[in-house]
Amino acid sequence: MTASLSIDDVERRLRERRYIGDRSLATSIFLALQLKKPLFIEGEAGVGKTEAAKVMADVLGARLIRLQCYEGIDLAHAVYEWNYPRQLLHIRLLGEGTDKTDRRTAEREIFSSEFLLRRPLLDAIDNDDATPPVLLIDEIDRSDEEFEAFLLELLSEFQVSIPEIGTIKAKQVPFVVITSNRTREVHDALKRRCLYHWIDYPDLDKEVEIVRARAPEAADGLAREVAALVQGLRGMDLYKVPGVAETLDWARSLAALGATRIDANLVNATMGAALKYQEDLEKVREQVPALVEKAQRA
Amino acid sequence: MPESASPDLLPRLGAFARLLHDAGLEAGPRRLTDATRALAFIDLKQQTDFRNALRSVFVSRKEDLPTFEAAFDIFWAPLDPRASAGVIPGRSLALPLSPERAKVWANALGLNTSQMNRKGEDQEFPASSSGYSAEELLRNKDFEQMTWAETVQVRRLVEQAPWRVAERRTRRLRPARSGRIDLRRSARHAIRSSGELMNLFRRKPRVRRRPLVLICDVSGSMERYSRLLMIFAHAIARREDLEAFVFSTRLTRITRLLRQRDLDRALESVSKGVHDFSGGTRIGDALGTFNRQWGRRVLGHGAVVIIISDGWDRGDPVHLSAELMHLRRSAHRLIWLNPLLGTEGYQPLTRGMAAALPYCDDFLTAHNVQALEDLGRLLASLDSRTSR
Repeated sequence: MTASLSIDDVERRLRERRYIGDRSLATSIFLALQLKKPLFIEGEAGVGKTEAAKVMADVLGARLIRLQCYEGIDLAHAVYEWNYPRQLLHIRLLGEGTDKTDRRTAEREIFSSEFLLRRPLLDAIDNDDATPPVLLIDEIDRSDEEFEAFLLELLSEFQVSIPEIGTIKAKQVPFVVITSNRTREVHDALKRRCLYHWIDYPDLDKEVEIVRARAPEAADGLAREVAALVQGLRGMDLYKVPGVAETLDWARSLAALGATRIDANLVNATMGAALKYQEDLEKVREQVPALVEKAQRA
Repeated sequence: MPESASPDLLPRLGAFARLLHDAGLEAGPRRLTDATRALAFIDLKQQTDFRNALRSVFVSRKEDLPTFEAAFDIFWAPLDPRASAGVIPGRSLALPLSPERAKVWANALGLNTSQMNRKGEDQEFPASSSGYSAEELLRNKDFEQMTWAETVQVRRLVEQAPWRVAERRTRRLRPARSGRIDLRRSARHAIRSSGELMNLFRRKPRVRRRPLVLICDVSGSMERYSRLLMIFAHAIARREDLEAFVFSTRLTRITRLLRQRDLDRALESVSKGVHDFSGGTRIGDALGTFNRQWGRRVLGHGAVVIIISDGWDRGDPVHLSAELMHLRRSAHRLIWLNPLLGTEGYQPLTRGMAAALPYCDDFLTAHNVQALEDLGRLLASLDSRTSR
């Protein structure tokens, strides 16, 4: 089914699922599908990287398998783990009096798939899905070099070897999406295996469109003003610039307060939806009236 | 199947890849193959799609995006006869580019002249043969008063110094004699012995060196020290997890430039990549840029930050304190090296220095090899238990 998708199709289907991307993202996704290469998406926090993968799974009608990375993540958390308590219990229940051949059988039993805990990566490789699943490796910049090296191997072979069972090779290669917030530079060797896409902050019109699609409870005027306000904030010298996720939170907060337009008081009261540093809040507070005025004119 | 892109496109694509390679992007055979395959799926008449496709194949870092766009503009410019002849343009003066893209491009190809002071570098100096005392003398000599010959020897000294940085405990565990019980390994062995837990295996966190971040002032007043400090940075960069930045009026990241094995080449690319060597100083602005653009990316794992500057600042001291306060909160330890501190009778009285002092964990000198070695010892002694 993927073979029949064109760039236009990808773009349209993203849009139908209320994901407002641009043509270059659609092109990257399209090529990743065609070339069967992983897609590496980078961008600041809150620009919709994870969401892109989720929507992609939906577009393809595929299962989404997500692996959230963190420092110290290892094979037991990412690939597989034996269910030791169950194995122990099983072997104890067999009792002491078993002879050698019985113990061999028992050992084979407890190292069968029944006692295997499948983690996301094994799940993605050993799949019988009708459509290849989407494997989302989220925030890879949080993991460490050891894990990166392992991923590199996995992404070139698409197979996992479990000593007790043997090598499991993917019957169908999953569609891999890797995201990074760039809290550190991911190794070039890994990036080389992937197609790369950088998601930038959207411009005003696109951000308004995103707010309308994703936070429909916000009135049209409000959506535009909040988007313009955030665009204004992005131009300021802040420690943490608000992302699209913050724009949406802010629009939803204001809508929940029943606002249909913004004013200085409302902005002051709800600014915490977009700004997460004390210094930033103080800096912006001084300029709220000017910012609001500018946003209303936009 | 993949080779279906039109035949005359392939040589031009190869030339484009060479152009990107010249500009410092990674555009090897593997990428070229990918590009060829990708273009087979693209309607070549759609210029945007064509550009997008090549971008997703050849670019793998945000920093390379402007270079790519500029290269694309140059190479695939429709009316440019040089491009259609398959010749690599880029070194001619009239580029079909907007001024800012042209600038990106010139930088990427290193067309500007080196501003770094490297006079008389052709001379060769024999390895230090004059013995220990001469070396000791050199260790204590101020960089400022050194002859070129001496800096070459210093370079050897600095390169040989065993730089070690403090360690921290990571969240990754490894087998150990003591520590938390490793249930997985214990259970594994228990299964071998009919489910009896005979041995308890343990594991504890692995220890890793802390990342080091160097922020180095290369403004006019620091000129005499810049070259040696760059040598110092290069010596550490080869062994450690180092992020390096230089600033005078603005901040430039030089981490990648320093990674080259050969010192002279590394220094050359630094001087090409940095455009305001020996300009004025705005420490507060530079640290502000660092905090906003780089802080979250390079201060992740309990980093030690070293600022090297004489504190002559033309900016607002209040601004400088605010940025330093933020920086100190995000770093494990903040060390300020001031070459002037080695001068007899020096008091940290410059406005910038006075504003900075309260936020620094350590205030050290950096005017000779001895001082750099002291720094090395300090770094080695910072362990994960140190608190301030």
